[in-house]
Amino acid sequence: MDKLRLRFEKTGRAVYISHLDLMHTLQRAFSRAGLALKYSEGFNPHPQISIALPLSVGVASVCEILDFRLLMEEDPASLPARLSAVMPEGICVTDCWEPVYKPTLLKYLEIEGVFEYDSRPVPEMRYALEDFFSREAIVITKKTKRGEGPSDIRPAIRSISFAEGERAVLLHAVISAQEPTLNPALLPDALRQLAPEYEPDFAKFRRIENYLENMEIFR
Amino acid sequence: MDKRLERILPRVQKPARYTGGEYNQIIKDKSAVELRVAFCFPDTYEIGMSNLGMSILYHTMNSLDYVWCERVFAPWGDMYAEMKKAQLPLYALESGDSLDSFDVLAFSVGYEMAYTTVLDMIDQAGLPVKSRERESLLPLVVVGGSAAVNAEPITDFIDLFLIGEGEEMNNELLALLRTAKHEGWDKRDFLRRACRIGGVYVPSLYEVSYNPDGTLASMEAKDGAPTRVTKRIVQDLDAAPYPTKPIVPSTEVVHDRVNLELFRGCVRGCRFCQAGYIYRPIRAKKPETLIKQGIESLQNTGHEDVTLLSLSSSDYRPLAGLCDGMLAYCEPRSIGLSLPSLRADNFSMEIMEKLQKVRKSGLTFAVEGGSQRLRDAINKNVTEEDLLHTCAIAFAGGWNTIKLYYMLGLPTETDEDIVGIADMAGRILHCWRENAKNKSRGVKITVSTSCFIPKPHSPFQWEAQISKEEYLRRVNLLRASINSRNVVYNWHDADTSVVEAVLSRGDRRLAPVIEAVWRNGGRLEAWSDYFDYQRWMDALDKFGLSAAFYAERERSVDELLPWDVIDVGVRKEHLKRERERCYASVLSPDCRHACLACGALRLLEGGKCDG
Repeated sequence: MDKLRLRFEKTGRAVYISHLDLMHTLQRAFSRAGLALKYSEGFNPHPQISIALPLSVGVASVCEILDFRLLMEEDPASLPARLSAVMPEGICVTDCWEPVYKPTLLKYLEIEGVFEYDSRPVPEMRYALEDFFSREAIVITKKTKRGEGPSDIRPAIRSISFAEGERAVLLHAVISAQEPTLNPALLPDALRQLAPEYEPDFAKFRRIENYLENMEIFR
Repeated sequence: MDKRLERILPRVQKPARYTGGEYNQIIKDKSAVELRVAFCFPDTYEIGMSNLGMSILYHTMNSLDYVWCERVFAPWGDMYAEMKKAQLPLYALESGDSLDSFDVLAFSVGYEMAYTTVLDMIDQAGLPVKSRERESLLPLVVVGGSAAVNAEPITDFIDLFLIGEGEEMNNELLALLRTAKHEGWDKRDFLRRACRIGGVYVPSLYEVSYNPDGTLASMEAKDGAPTRVTKRIVQDLDAAPYPTKPIVPSTEVVHDRVNLELFRGCVRGCRFCQAGYIYRPIRAKKPETLIKQGIESLQNTGHEDVTLLSLSSSDYRPLAGLCDGMLAYCEPRSIGLSLPSLRADNFSMEIMEKLQKVRKSGLTFAVEGGSQRLRDAINKNVTEEDLLHTCAIAFAGGWNTIKLYYMLGLPTETDEDIVGIADMAGRILHCWRENAKNKSRGVKITVSTSCFIPKPHSPFQWEAQISKEEYLRRVNLLRASINSRNVVYNWHDADTSVVEAVLSRGDRRLAPVIEAVWRNGGRLEAWSDYFDYQRWMDALDKFGLSAAFYAERERSVDELLPWDVIDVGVRKEHLKRERERCYASVLSPDCRHACLACGALRLLEGGKCDG
């Protein structure tokens, strides 16, 4: 059967499942749902299933994209319910269709963040964050494959805004998903490096939507 | 999720093992149940989730509608430190509730090195570690599992022990506890009634006294407790509940697969082997039952592997038929079928060929002794001829990795036997040269030795363990005797074996020692990362006890042994006779050839032992 694409949520306790473990978990879920995945040819066959943008441990998402091939013809519309019924807590398949765009065309991610401040005043922190992230350049020291080096994360932030929450500042942003990839964890990390007085006590993130270069939703 | 936990998890290794939420976990409405059981495994998630007993009993306890049984594992060091720092108490995975909301802490303890972790988990639940300091009935702290066949070293900490198989016994205990909770019994009342349930051992109902030389003088049952507690067994394994919807871990665990249990007990009677005696009588499941349960479990889990478990799989009579039945389902679905615990004989090789059509991984043989005389003495019924024959087939079939396990320090072992290990490895190497088709791939023969630990309820329960120094001397002798580059020798450190030997045949006087080791930071001591030999020796010293008294002292056959209060079915007379046969280097037939009337049969109510 042709390639199919799933959209699924990974929230709650499931956010702590690592990418590798998630692949394994999903394979088993396909098997439980009675859906035989197509395997690659060759010496060490592996199931043809891939995730467009691996998610960091601890980050939630309502827009994960999984591409796969099945051995048998199946009605894509039936798959979300069949798969969701056999998923661990926190994983829910919301849609299934034949892919329109290649995964490499996925350019932007819409994310939400919660920056928790246990004792510092939230309005003050919110203004400080707005100020900080409106800088022309935000150059941080980043670990890369070649060791540590300076990196400007500002160009990877397409838009960013802040609102006040309960003992927290709420972030809403559109960031570059690929080339360059911006790990949202670098946002509080930038504060830690450049403006430690505004570094939150804890930060968490959630992916909301995937977009193409022209901000059309990735399908 | 608890806010403190949410902040900790991103900082620890493999956080998914601390969250629960896996497929097939059992969630109940806590306001609708009457008893909440925290099923505690005193080791990590990865080990506990691989434990079949845990999986079975999780389901049998949850089959009671008034009970919600949840899992609790011991956090690894990094998580442990973070939890302490955040003052986050230990919690159960299903609900995330801390252990103070539970009515029962039920521990499954399979090995002595977990004792300090048991104490630590009781402490993390916010309870005093000593049973007598926990005055109210709830939460009740109970222990089951194979370590309970000598419960004495930890009796001070535990309210009651469940001896034997828990499928029925646990639920009988929970039914009684439910009544006790309704009617408001105090702890003393409850324990006096609980000790009448078959298999329940209430240590506080026994008065213990010692001789001046430190040996046990008497153990008197009081308040109507039985003189000896007889192990419980499941009479009919085919009819016994078996979880075909086991929890599927969302992260890697040690044994990530469907387990099928072929039979309980073992026909072989290796004299050093505790498991070979404490799980008798032999009860097999029908292949039809196993195939049905296997297929259901695979469908309900999506696992890619299924393993046939038992103490000696080749001794399962309908093994070939079972394999064919399982392979018919597994092969078209690329599901792997594996079969550990095979014996080194022809029949096993045929089965192996069947199973491992693709992957030629290593072969492992537990040879145990280096000479035929010693193997006869320990009743390890493996001949070198069989072994070499099996290796020849294996080498010709493309295998090129062989692992050989031995014990050093077995009763009657001589230097000749030790050198015999090296000789045997040499002959296997020669066998490879003669039989291997493709020699360019090379061969790897690994010899591993561990230090023999005399275990309660085995024919060697009276034996002395050799000293650490003597073990090292024997290790060095073997090292010097191995002179081929293709033979790799690994030996286990004797430190753990000494402590294990102390604890496995220990008495109640060890309680303060175990407590002191725990108070000095001992936990997860089955892991070399956390084991500290000196901490044990210091604690023994502090309480005027010596490791040698427990480990290196040969017991006289009429000495009252701390575990005599537990009746596992096999009679002491049988153990004595087996020990005498060891010294005469005489083999005993396996149960299939002749029943030696070990005594375990009387546990079966009108049933037939499959020996």
